[in-house]
Amino acid sequence: MNLNYLDFEQPIAELEAKIEELRLVGNDNDININEEIQRLQEKNLKLTEQIFTNLSAWQVSQISRHPQRPYTLDYIKLAFDDFDELHGDRHFADDAAIVGGIARLDGQSVMIIGHQKGREVKEKVRRNFGMPRPEGYRKALRLMQMAERFKMPILTFIDTPGAYPGIDAEERGQSEAIAFNLAQMSQFKTPIIATVIGEGGSGGALAIGVCDELMMLQYSTYSVISPEGCASILWKSADRASDAADAMGLTAERLQELGFVDTLVPEPMGGAHRNPESMAESLKAALKNALARLDDLDSDALVDRRYERLMKYSSLES
Amino acid sequence: MSWLNKIVPSIIRSEQKDRKSSVPEGLWKKCPKCESVLYRPELDRNHSVCPKCEHHMRISARKRLGIFLDEDHREEIAADLEPVDKLKFRDSKKYRDRLASAQKLTGEKDALVAMKGQVDGLSLVACAFEFNFMGGSMGSVVGEKFVQAAELALRDRVPFICFSASGGARMQEALFSLMQMAKTSAALERLKRAGVPFVSVITDPVYGGVSASLAMLGDINVSEPSARCGFAGPLVIEQTVREKLPEGFQRAEFLLEHGAIDMIIHRHELRERLGSILRKMTHQPAA
Repeated sequence: MNLNYLDFEQPIAELEAKIEELRLVGNDNDININEEIQRLQEKNLKLTEQIFTNLSAWQVSQISRHPQRPYTLDYIKLAFDDFDELHGDRHFADDAAIVGGIARLDGQSVMIIGHQKGREVKEKVRRNFGMPRPEGYRKALRLMQMAERFKMPILTFIDTPGAYPGIDAEERGQSEAIAFNLAQMSQFKTPIIATVIGEGGSGGALAIGVCDELMMLQYSTYSVISPEGCASILWKSADRASDAADAMGLTAERLQELGFVDTLVPEPMGGAHRNPESMAESLKAALKNALARLDDLDSDALVDRRYERLMKYSSLES
Repeated sequence: MSWLNKIVPSIIRSEQKDRKSSVPEGLWKKCPKCESVLYRPELDRNHSVCPKCEHHMRISARKRLGIFLDEDHREEIAADLEPVDKLKFRDSKKYRDRLASAQKLTGEKDALVAMKGQVDGLSLVACAFEFNFMGGSMGSVVGEKFVQAAELALRDRVPFICFSASGGARMQEALFSLMQMAKTSAALERLKRAGVPFVSVITDPVYGGVSASLAMLGDINVSEPSARCGFAGPLVIEQTVREKLPEGFQRAEFLLEHGAIDMIIHRHELRERLGSILRKMTHQPAA
């Protein structure tokens, strides 16, 4: 089994292995098998298309957490110039599960804040699997306040299973850190664009997610609790995660239908990790469009509009 | 059933059953902490605080506001708001059925009751969570009602108080429920900037989405003795860190020690002390 592929992608993996095998054979012999390779590649494309047009909510959840999915720092490298990372909450520590700093988006100064997961084991641990402690949220707050002072738009990238459920995090006020960000973000006099690039997990995601425009990558998810968490509470079994994912409607597509998402950014065939460069390009274009849409609003109108937007979020008779 | 019951003729047994059911149900209640058996009318008179060990038991939202507010000038806010199941959510039960049984159990339409009223003549807006309604979970109705109550307090420039008791977000409303955190927090920030006081009273228990939004945003955060409050539940934390949690973890005394709340107030003193605090904050003469 190829670990770069998820369960439901195994047919694709098998075909690719076969193509690879043929290539090797082709190198050894004089027989021209290019035609066969091309035929298989076309078949592979069709198969991928077929699999990816009928993804279940649970399959999308798995792609959103794919170990090779691009993370915040990848997009910073690919879509922005001249990034200076800024560290620390000035009170306790620097939380590596949230990164932030100043960069340029085609020349314009912007403040970037995002969850950061690690790729290798050691790095995963250092980044705490993208689960911030209170220091992370307080660092984010400090940078957002700075962005407001220096009139820079705030671009946040959401990719977390949730805020860290640990003893130390509780002792240092995890709840307060999240709550305070929610309250403050509702009033910043600078545009905020939040983009879910992977997992949008609960309060830990929302704590950098109050915004003027919400964008979601095609195979990202956003929800009040992880499918496993929801399943173990409501179905009393984490094995029902697939049912929970369906019921919660956590995919970008479903959330756009429900009116939460302003822009759904399409991903390359097979997901962002298959072609990070082209993903970053579409993301960059979408961010620039969103910023342009908010450009005409003066800061008071922006804050009023954000408040009205928040007030509309409800499942009530309209 | 003992062997004696088995040999007693069935007629006598059914008589015994009848006699048993003629005793009013629930006349006695065991204190979950000290296990004393308490006479319910007496417990009610004591606002569900155990007279033996001072343990604060849960009380309903309506009773809570009934104890807190003056008897006159009460006016309920947004009483007609009803939940709507936009997602057609279904787990082992339909969300609609869960709502119906919670409504039957509590007599409330959802998990928050809000009222305009007075405390010793001081006008204010107060709301309270109904924990028996799906664990006091915050869905769209709770969020909307909270915001309407907050906006009324802002309009009338009177203090706003919330008694929280909640397991957190309502999963059956998925992202709608998550957004209530942002919505309620945004409304409170408007009060803060306008200088309208908000006092958050934590009652056992307050977790998740409610803890990480409105419950931690008081100008003053107060807790009843020993009430538990935190972001993640103790079970989740234990499973994550794989160690035993310290004694008293996430209880009011722990929160006070770690700087999350301003004070712990006994249920019997809440009305008087909060009244006195709010009078100072709004420059009113002492009652």
